[in-house]
Amino acid sequence: MPDMASLAHPQQRAFNPYTENGGTILAIAGADFSVIAGDTRQSEGYSIQTRYAPKVFRLTDRAVLAVNGFAADGNMFVKKVKQRLEWYRHAHAKDMPLRAIARLIQTMLYARRFFPYYVYNILGGIEEDGTGAVYSFDPVGSYEREACRAAGAAQSLVQPFLDNQIYFKNQVPAPGTSHPAHLPLPTVLSIVIDSFTSATERHIEVGDGLEIYIVLAKGRTLHGTESIGGMQELTTTDDGERVFVVRRDLKKD
Amino acid sequence: MNSILQRYSGSSAGGRLSKSVVEDDSDFSDAMWGSEAGFGTLAKGVPGFVVPSVPDPAAFLRLHTDDHADPSCRIKIQHGTTTLAFRFQGGVIVAVDSRATAGSYVASGTVKKVIEINPYLLGTMAGGAADCQYWETYLGMHCRLHELRNRERISVSAASKYLSNLVYSYKGMGLSMGTMICGWDKTGPAVFYVDSDGTRLKGDLFSVGSGSTFAYGVLDQGYRWDLTDEEAQELGRRSIYAAGHRDAFSGNSCNLYHVKEDGWKFIGNYDITKLHYEGPGNVAGSPGHGYGYDLRVEGRSSANPPEVAAQA
Repeated sequence: MPDMASLAHPQQRAFNPYTENGGTILAIAGADFSVIAGDTRQSEGYSIQTRYAPKVFRLTDRAVLAVNGFAADGNMFVKKVKQRLEWYRHAHAKDMPLRAIARLIQTMLYARRFFPYYVYNILGGIEEDGTGAVYSFDPVGSYEREACRAAGAAQSLVQPFLDNQIYFKNQVPAPGTSHPAHLPLPTVLSIVIDSFTSATERHIEVGDGLEIYIVLAKGRTLHGTESIGGMQELTTTDDGERVFVVRRDLKKD
Repeated sequence: MNSILQRYSGSSAGGRLSKSVVEDDSDFSDAMWGSEAGFGTLAKGVPGFVVPSVPDPAAFLRLHTDDHADPSCRIKIQHGTTTLAFRFQGGVIVAVDSRATAGSYVASGTVKKVIEINPYLLGTMAGGAADCQYWETYLGMHCRLHELRNRERISVSAASKYLSNLVYSYKGMGLSMGTMICGWDKTGPAVFYVDSDGTRLKGDLFSVGSGSTFAYGVLDQGYRWDLTDEEAQELGRRSIYAAGHRDAFSGNSCNLYHVKEDGWKFIGNYDITKLHYEGPGNVAGSPGHGYGYDLRVEGRSSANPPEVAAQA
């Protein structure tokens, strides 16, 4: 029997299935490679839930997906994308091309238009023509192919830096020279690392660890980048694109 | 289509909608497994939508996605736009900006707001980016089916009505789109305005989005039926520039398309800051200088009066 005092006051209830788990993801496309990275901190409010919760996932040997936003939605979404890619493999005896994965993600996100996944997705990898590609999505599935994109808590810190360093926005080339259309892999990797160390300094939800996935087009080598510490190869086939992951520490305070 | 209408029509929507949550996993058709995968959605009609088990799903969606009513809502759907399309003697001009905003953050400056439905049909994007992209792609599939069934291309009128009826069947569910379906059919150049309220209008000239008032100002001023191709393209560019200049939610760059009897053609992408200072460059209809008015008031305004300019 409810007491009369509680009935006297108006009460409001709402279905609140979402939370924000912080962190940042980022991807950059090169001419024949793609780099997809994310920090590994997972937080809710001001408390850190874990210092290692991966946000970047290998889908195939040429596609890597980074998810950011609500971790539970993100993990479930990645699980379902992987399941659909496995079905495709069984039906067609090959991996789904990157642009098809991008369209698949659009339809999967839009199927939840009226109960959205609270997830920002960035898909990186190699297209069928051998070029590096990055696709970015909003939570309900609008997408676009880009050269670089940052998403998540520190998006507004990292994206302007990328605009300046990748697209050369607000930079004027020296007379008689021009800006390069694509940057080499070592340059891209140092931009990624600098983005995350800086975001860690200025954003409380970013830090702990950094996972950088590198997807190389068929026949391309790592030349010069092998020396980076903590690199591990994840490729499952031996005649196509190759996937590597670099794990580094970020500040933990 | 029928299954969707049955699912979403009727007054007691809440009860019927909610059951689909548990069916989520068992809802996969065989088509999704096998080689029919690419045709999965066509075989089943519209793909099923998951809806939360609450009495009013539309209110749930509004609570979590509507940043106009509540800027602290979690899921930010991209907004803010200027799009325009007009019919004239030489076909249809379609011009749009490329900015997407989430609150006051510029989420992207490179959005493709013209959706290439097929080689003869264009759709524009205002409102929810995903709604426009998804349903206009879906419209493209049905336009192709119409071609295969009837051995002729779909008219712009029929295509726009297909879209209009489709979004009308979702009325009140929270879709947000304001689009112009543009093309060339047996009747010549055609422009239809379709929005998520269910409005569908035939007309010569439309502009949609937060910057539309600014675009209309320039467009109405310069519009004539007998515009040449060059004049018409320049009018489209100049109108989007005006909106990009005066509307904070529009800007970055202008994408210009021209639809003629043999289908659409992409004319170009123009940086709006460049249009201000340097103009569109060496293209048809270019004035040969920037659109910015500082150029025209140089040495004549109170900021730099004639005598100061004369002394310098």
